[in-house]
Amino acid sequence: MDAEAPKPDFAHAPAPGSALFRARGVGVRRGGDWLIRGIDLTIDPGEIVTLIGPNGSGKSTTAKVVLGLIRPDAGKIERAAKVRVGYVPQRLSIDETLPFSVKRLMTMTGPAPEADIRAALARVGIGHLADAAVQRLSGGEFQRALMARAILRKPDLLVLDEPVQGVDFAGEVALYELIRDIRNELGCAILLISHDLHFVMAETDRVLCLNQHVCCAGTPQSVAADPEYRRLFGPRAVEALAVYQHHHDHAHGPHGEVIPLRAGGDPDAHSHGDGAVCHAHHEHDHDHGPHHHDPDLPDDPAGATDGQ
Amino acid sequence: MVSDFLLHAALAGIGVAIVAAPLGCFVVWRRMAYFGDTMAHSALLGAAAAIAFDIDATLGVFTISVLVALALLALERRGGLATDTLLGLLSHSALAVGLVVMGMMTGIRLDLFGYLFGDILAVDGRDLALIWGGGAVILGLLAYIWRPLLAATVAPDVAAAEGMNPARQRLIFMLLLAGVIAIAMKIVGILLITALLIIPAAAARRIAHGPEAMAAIAAGIGGLAVVGGLAAAVQADTPAGPTIVVAALVLFLVGLLPWAKLRPGKEAEHG
Repeated sequence: MDAEAPKPDFAHAPAPGSALFRARGVGVRRGGDWLIRGIDLTIDPGEIVTLIGPNGSGKSTTAKVVLGLIRPDAGKIERAAKVRVGYVPQRLSIDETLPFSVKRLMTMTGPAPEADIRAALARVGIGHLADAAVQRLSGGEFQRALMARAILRKPDLLVLDEPVQGVDFAGEVALYELIRDIRNELGCAILLISHDLHFVMAETDRVLCLNQHVCCAGTPQSVAADPEYRRLFGPRAVEALAVYQHHHDHAHGPHGEVIPLRAGGDPDAHSHGDGAVCHAHHEHDHDHGPHHHDPDLPDDPAGATDGQ
Repeated sequence: MVSDFLLHAALAGIGVAIVAAPLGCFVVWRRMAYFGDTMAHSALLGAAAAIAFDIDATLGVFTISVLVALALLALERRGGLATDTLLGLLSHSALAVGLVVMGMMTGIRLDLFGYLFGDILAVDGRDLALIWGGGAVILGLLAYIWRPLLAATVAPDVAAAEGMNPARQRLIFMLLLAGVIAIAMKIVGILLITALLIIPAAAARRIAHGPEAMAAIAAGIGGLAVVGGLAAAVQADTPAGPTIVVAALVLFLVGLLPWAKLRPGKEAEHG
């Protein structure tokens, strides 16, 4: 049980260079095997760091070290004092026996004014689900609820462990857009763990490609070009790393409706260049397809994330 | 005067039901029914130890329950055996050891049946004070740790990441559970304490729309079961503790009826 591990004794002083979190040569060992080893990781305020890697490569373990849930067996950790953390876990199953509404989930680890709760839920597009039982949500809705809960805390560091799993591709794109917008609004740093080896948010400042150790790191473009990356991920890596970028000619209302953006309507609308590097299997008909987060249509009938 | 001991019994039972209900909700939410059972079964050993060392029975039960819970945590951490195996092992071993120790105390008149199934009609003023005083302390502590305990129940990793201490909440919860077992033993006996924890909570689940509401409704159902069970026991001359549990079961079954269909609206999906 991770929660039972004693808390690492972090140096509670502002890290040099005012990084929120800094790990040097961190290793975690379980039963004689190193789950991760020699991990160097720095998270600066406001930046998006994406961890990618195959199954069992230690992505979640690394995230748990960052969160202080696992005490590393080797290496050094520094974290800035009073870093407010918001955590969206990979999996969360809430027992059917617990009557728990979305609104209750929002105040799980701390109280919040009603208006803020409504605003956070509306921000992620599920304002209409405030009183719904969490067990009734679809996978995508539940992910959004967890995200609303985390941003309600106004975190300095938001840790998202595979936030798009169990969500179809259109929903995935919408969630990535949401994550980008949240970062821009809150100015928080984001540690994003991605299950998709071939797809990284364009706004990512740094990609760490993990396979027990950091096999390569850098901007999405530099990692995509790294021979280590290609070696690790085999034939499919020939397709290289797709960096998700696209034109923002519209936004989405809380019910998924398309809201056209005019020039200057959204400061973000023109901040991305034309250099979309989406690959064939990631292309999507974003302008004409069906609304991808229609609240009435569960986007994940299997309910993979909420354990129904 | 005839109703005096009945009044005592009812007050004691209602007090225990009110304290047991919210803790029982957590037992249900955390899927710790068997864990509660194990702690309750060890209470007999606690009662025996109390007699052997000439200390207060409630204190003896509390202490042994806590020790057994800690032993379970230690064994769990050591690994090798599944938790339900460990629970079965500890639960029945504790009960057996308790019975053996009781059996060795030949010199003392022991009401084994009372320990196993409760002796609510023998409740005196001192018991009442213990139940209501101890119960108030338990409920106060539970209210104090309510949010972190709930967070630790729903998502321990998230709670820990966001600055809470789920391991500590769990330990406090176990102490509170041991406290409830200690004060409930006289009411329904060690074999039926888990029923008083779980059945009202389970019955309340279908009605409640929030965790606090579920705890409050469970308390009401528990109290109702105590009063109904006591009345039935006096009427039919049946053992009071088991009759209270049967009354709780009846309330649970009544709750299973398709009430939602009688009411128009969104509840129909549950029916």
